[in-house]
This record gives sequence, structure tokens and C-alpha cells, in this order.
Amino acid sequence: MSWLTVTYACLFYAATAMFVFGVGFRIYSYARTPAPLKIPTTPAPLTPAGAGFRVAREVVLFESLFKSNKWIWLFGAMFHFGLLLVLLRHLRYFTEPVWTWVVLLQPFGKYASFLMVGGLAGLWARRFLVPRIRYISTPSDHLMLVLLLGIGLSGMSMDFVSHTDIISLKEFALGLVYFDWQPLPADPPLLVHLFLVATLLAIFPISKLLHAPGVFFSPTRNQADNAREQQHVTPWAPKLEP
Amino acid sequence: MAQAKFEVPKLKPYPVIPVLKENAMAEVKSFPANAGIQQALGFPGELPEDWHDVAIAKMGELLDKYRSFRVYMDTCVHCGACTDKCHYFLGTSDPNNMPVARQDLLRKVYRRYFTFAGKYFPKLVGAEDLTRDVLDQWYTYFHQCSECRRCSVFCPYGIDTAEVTMAAREILDTVSVGTKYTNEIIGKVHKIGNNLGLPGPALEDTLTGLEEDIKADTGVDVRLPIDVKGAEVLLITPSADFFAEPHVDSLIGYAKVFHQAGISWTLSSHASEAGNFGLFIGNYEQMRKVAMRIREAALDLGVKRIVVGECGHAWRVAYSFWNTLIGPLDFLDKRYPWPQHVCEVTWDLIQRGALTLDKEANDHRIITFHDSCNVARASRMGNMPGGQFFIPRAIIKSVANHFHDMAPDTIEEKTFCCGGGGGLLTDDLMEVRVKGALPRMEALKQVVDDHGVNFMALICAICKSQFTKVVPYYGFDMSMIGGVHQLVSTAIQLGTKQ
Ligand code: SF4
Ligand code: SF4
Ligand code: SF4
Repeated sequence: MSWLTVTYACLFYAATAMFVFGVGFRIYSYARTPAPLKIPTTPAPLTPAGAGFRVAREVVLFESLFKSNKWIWLFGAMFHFGLLLVLLRHLRYFTEPVWTWVVLLQPFGKYASFLMVGGLAGLWARRFLVPRIRYISTPSDHLMLVLLLGIGLSGMSMDFVSHTDIISLKEFALGLVYFDWQPLPADPPLLVHLFLVATLLAIFPISKLLHAPGVFFSPTRNQADNAREQQHVTPWAPKLEP
Repeated sequence: MAQAKFEVPKLKPYPVIPVLKENAMAEVKSFPANAGIQQALGFPGELPEDWHDVAIAKMGELLDKYRSFRVYMDTCVHCGACTDKCHYFLGTSDPNNMPVARQDLLRKVYRRYFTFAGKYFPKLVGAEDLTRDVLDQWYTYFHQCSECRRCSVFCPYGIDTAEVTMAAREILDTVSVGTKYTNEIIGKVHKIGNNLGLPGPALEDTLTGLEEDIKADTGVDVRLPIDVKGAEVLLITPSADFFAEPHVDSLIGYAKVFHQAGISWTLSSHASEAGNFGLFIGNYEQMRKVAMRIREAALDLGVKRIVVGECGHAWRVAYSFWNTLIGPLDFLDKRYPWPQHVCEVTWDLIQRGALTLDKEANDHRIITFHDSCNVARASRMGNMPGGQFFIPRAIIKSVANHFHDMAPDTIEEKTFCCGGGGGLLTDDLMEVRVKGALPRMEALKQVVDDHGVNFMALICAICKSQFTKVVPYYGFDMSMIGGVHQLVSTAIQLGTKQ
């Protein structure tokens, strides 16, 4: 087993562990923290199911963002939708035999990478061109975009510029999953791609990528508007004296 | 035109996002509360020596108590969608008044003390130590937010800057830093029962005077009862309704509605205030204590229903929080088991034909309606989402012939705050208030020019006080401002129905 394979295998186990435990801990801390008062942004759905549907619309359609800024919505949607297709396409490296719908998705996933990278480029351009957004941007906001662009471009280069040995790559990936390590092809674009992905996984729980779990816990979106009908209790508040 | 010590923004024919002017509003601060005011609320009188640790500990406590605060500190992606949504930014051009930048004033400290990245790579993520300068900055800019929640409508994660502002004010208070305006008022409610410090006897005199006025005006004996045991309805209304103009005209309106519908009602000298400034400073205990007077009064007077008068944040507290703070209100009539807005009551009566209304009495008025943000984005009326938009307009259209809405981006859930809410309604913040009113003034100007609108109807005491003071700066007459029930009062024909 080459040191390269060992390094990358360990890297991925470490990154995955940080991702799973880090995000898991965050979710736990959000879930554990009480929401003492009813604060849905109204008009809001009157039932919990309605509120769930509202959150789903935020996640799938970016409803509020659409209300506020069409450019950010467009670039954000391009990036996230592109990323989703690309991720689904990557399932082929982890399944054997590859599920049929993943096979059918391959051509779309391939070109979705353009959507993804285009969206990222648009979002990054706004950080320079719009003074208000330039004002609020921190170095980490830029670096996050660099990281994602790096992942996207290095991945695309293997598809559109020089093909990598995906047969051995798949063996390496499956090997990771089944704890039966196989050699990793020493292809520079692939190594860059995998390194950046591992970095992304590792920093996920300590960065603004927490918006992904966060959106499900936002009380202004996930609470139903039923404050009068149903008493909402605050766990830490003083009780009514009898 | 009123005289200003600052430049009053020009009204433009269509909204323009301003060019950033850093620190434009850095020197505009509310008067701080003195030691006596702070101590009366249980806050320290002066900055403790270990204020830094106290403040950080308080932040940690709030992170554990409020999911909103915890999640909102982590979730913002700096997308910038909210940057042009705050009326204070639009009116002042100060970038710290962009909602995300306002949150970041607190978030940079959160990151420094509570996150891995901020502890080890502060520069990278914009984390900063808590210093006296940062504390001052908090005091300035968290008192240039009216907690109106407009930003939360537009944020993809629903991040509500009002929650962040409340947390910041709560932290400031625990190290003795508060504003004279809000905290003095909260003290008055605890001592006397209302924001104005109006004692019971003075209140009775005022009400008797109003009864005489109505009699002189209409020839009918309309009563404004106080502390009547066994009345059906307890009316909880902002104390400004008792004597401020144009508020008092709405109070007369409620009285006429109850009179004609034959509903027995009463005010309470113990709970003579609907407003609850505990909300503004984000302090649960203060908010609960202020609200508790209402439960006590309702039980003491043995009423069957509680009705809340025209007040934005008060309706938020009543609608959204009473059940949590002072509920369950299970002693109320099962048909009206929860607090009702006076507009709900009036609309219900109108639909049942219980009121005799002469629309033509309002023909000299061409009316528009300002959605008060606390009603619009933090509560409801009636039994369907958006009832808070529909019902007041339905009332206006039932009592008047000429109504025109302002531009769609400035009403309903997207309404612009009046500029004076959230504890900013004080003369020391006049510059913030005038500039913050700009987006609303532009929308008003448009309907004035296009439709000849000469009356802006409201359902909020703070909005009424704010607008009467601020519209003259923009060349409008303060008599344009009035309550929805002022219109009802004009239209209602007393003595025709019993
Ligand atoms: S809550 Fe209102 S005043 Fe405060 S930042 Fe948001 S939009 Fe501005
Ligand atoms: S819209 Fe929300 S996520 Fe975007 S910058 Fe504003 S607060 Fe942050
Ligand atoms: S005063 Fe009226 S418009 Fe202003 S914050 Fe309060 S409810 Fe909103």
C-alpha cells in the first residue's frame, strides 16, 4: 500500500468523522436549546404541517431569497441545484452495481457542474462588485468560494480535460466504505479534488456551511402561527403562581 | 417645515439604494439611563469592574436559552440579501444599519468567544474581542433598530435581526448600560401601571372629560368606564390613547363601537397600559411582569373578554406571548377564549350589521393604510393568515369611500416601519427617526401625488406619535395621521340603533 493511499484514506476517515460528529453536535445543540416564545414571521401557516411545508419551500425553492434579490437567488439556485445533481452523480463511485437512476442521471450531472461553477462565479463576482456585499464579506467568505470553485474546477478537469482512472478510483472509494483499502490513482487533479473535498467536510461544522442544518431550526420559519389557540410553554420560565 | 439640526433626506420619486457612508450615524445615541433607573429594574447601576466577563457570560446564557439567537449566530452566510431591506439603512446610508452588519456587531464577539474558528483564526472570520469600543458600538447601533422584522421576511434562513437586537440590549443591561427612554418607562409601569405615569384619579378625570366631549359632539351619553367590576370586556389600550393627539380619537371610536353594540366594558387603573417595553429590551422577566398586571386586572374585575386597542408591539405581545407569559387565560368566556384586537371586534360587529355607519361622513378624507410592522409580521387577526392585512382595510372600506393602498413593496408583510418603534420614540434619537421614516414617506408621497391621499390610517400608538412628529419634516401636515377607529368614530351614527 503506497503512503499516498494511506494518507488519503486516513484523511477521509478523519474528515468524515469531523463532519459527522461536528454537524451532529451542532444539530444536537440547536435541538436542545429551547425556543421560549412564538416568533414565526407572519403571515405564517396555522398548523405545524403547514410550517413544515414552509420550511420545505425555503429549502427547495429558496422562497424568501426569491422575494428579496433575484440575482442572489439565481446564482444561489444555480450553485445548489448544480451541486445536488453533481453529488447524486457521484453515487456511482460508492454503489456496485450502480443504481439505474444514477446511471440515467450521469449526463445531466456532468453538465450540472457548469451550473454549479457558474453560480459560484456569480456569487463571487457580487462580493467584489456590489459595495454593500463587499462591506460585509470576510476573508473566510472569499476562501469558501475559492474552495468550492477549486472542487468544482478540479472535478470538471477530470471529465472534460484529462480523464482519470475511474475504475481504480471506484475501487479506492468502495475500499474506504468497506474498510478494505485499495490503491488510489496518483493523478494530480484527482488528488487536489479529493484534498479539497476532505477540507470542506472537515470545516463544515465550524463554518457558515452550518446554514444547511440551521435552516431547519429557524423559529421564524418552522413555528406555526397558533399562539392564541395553543399554549406554548417556556421550559426555563417561572411558572404561574397558583 | 420643521427645523432640523441634521440634513433631512430628499424624497425621491422611486426608491434608490444609497451609497455607503461609513459611520454616518456613529455619533447619534440615545440618552443613557442613570443608576436609579437601572437599579429599579434589577440591573446594576454602573459598569461593573468585570463587565467584560459578565457580558460574555450573559451571551453564553442567552445562547442556551434562545434557539433563535443560537441558530442565527451560526447560520448567516453573508449573502447580502437583507442589506437593502432596513429603513434605517435606506434613510441613513450607514452600513452598520444593514441588518447583516448590525448582527455582525454581535456575531464578531460570538465568534471570538464561542467558536473554534473565531478563537484560533479571528482575522479570517471577522471575530473581535469585546472592548469598550465594541460595547459603545452596540449601544449605538442596537438602538438604531426598531425590531421591526422586515429583514427576517427576506432572509433565506429567516434570520430575525430583532432577536439579535433584543439579545444585545439584554447583554447591555446586565452591565448597566440601557437607555433612559425605555427603562424609565418600564419603571413607571411597575410603579403606576402605565407608560406615562398617569395615576388612577388623573385617568378618571381625563375619561370624564372625554365623555363630556362626546356628549357635546353627538348629544349621546357614551361612557368611558374604568374599574367596573363584572363588565364583560376589559379594554387594554396604550396609555397614549388617553390624552395624546390623534390617539384619543381612536379611544373615542372604541367607546362608540362598544356603546352602539351594547357591550359592557371597562378600563383598568391597575393595567392602564397595553404597551410592553419589556419586549424592546429583550428581557423576559420584565415583559412577564408588565403583562402580569393585565391578568391580575382581568381576574380582579371578573371580565369575560379582553380586547386590545390600537398598538403594534402591544398586539404582538398580547397575540403571540400572553398565552406563554400569563396564560392560560382559561377564565375567559369560551366563545372569546383569547385576547382580541379591537379591529377584530369592530369587523365582527360590522359583518353582523350591529353598527350604523355613514360612509359619506368620511368623504373629505382620501385614505391610505400603514401596516404597523408588529401587527403585520409578528401577529395575526381573524382566523386566516394575513387577516391582519385584510381586517383593518375591510373596516376602512366599510366606513369610508376613498381608499388607496401604497406601493406593494411597502405594505403588508413588506411594510416599512414608521421609524420610531422598538424603543426609539425619544427626542434624543430624532435624527434616526426622521431618516428611518424615509421609505415610508416616499411611499406616502406617491399616493399623495397620484390619488390626493390626505389621511394615513394606523393601528399603532407609537406609529401615531412618530408620524405626527416626523411628517412635517417631509412637508406633510400632521393632521394627515390618525387611527382606524378615528375613521369609525366619524362614520358611526349614534342613537340610531340600540
Ligand atoms: S429588525 Fe427592522 S430595524 Fe432592525 S435591522 Fe431588521 S429591518 Fe432594520
Ligand atoms: S439575508 Fe440572512 S443570510 Fe443573507 S446576509 Fe442577511 S442575515 Fe445573512
Ligand atoms: S411603531 Fe408601528 S411601525 Fe413602528 S415599529 Fe412599532 S408597530 Fe412598527
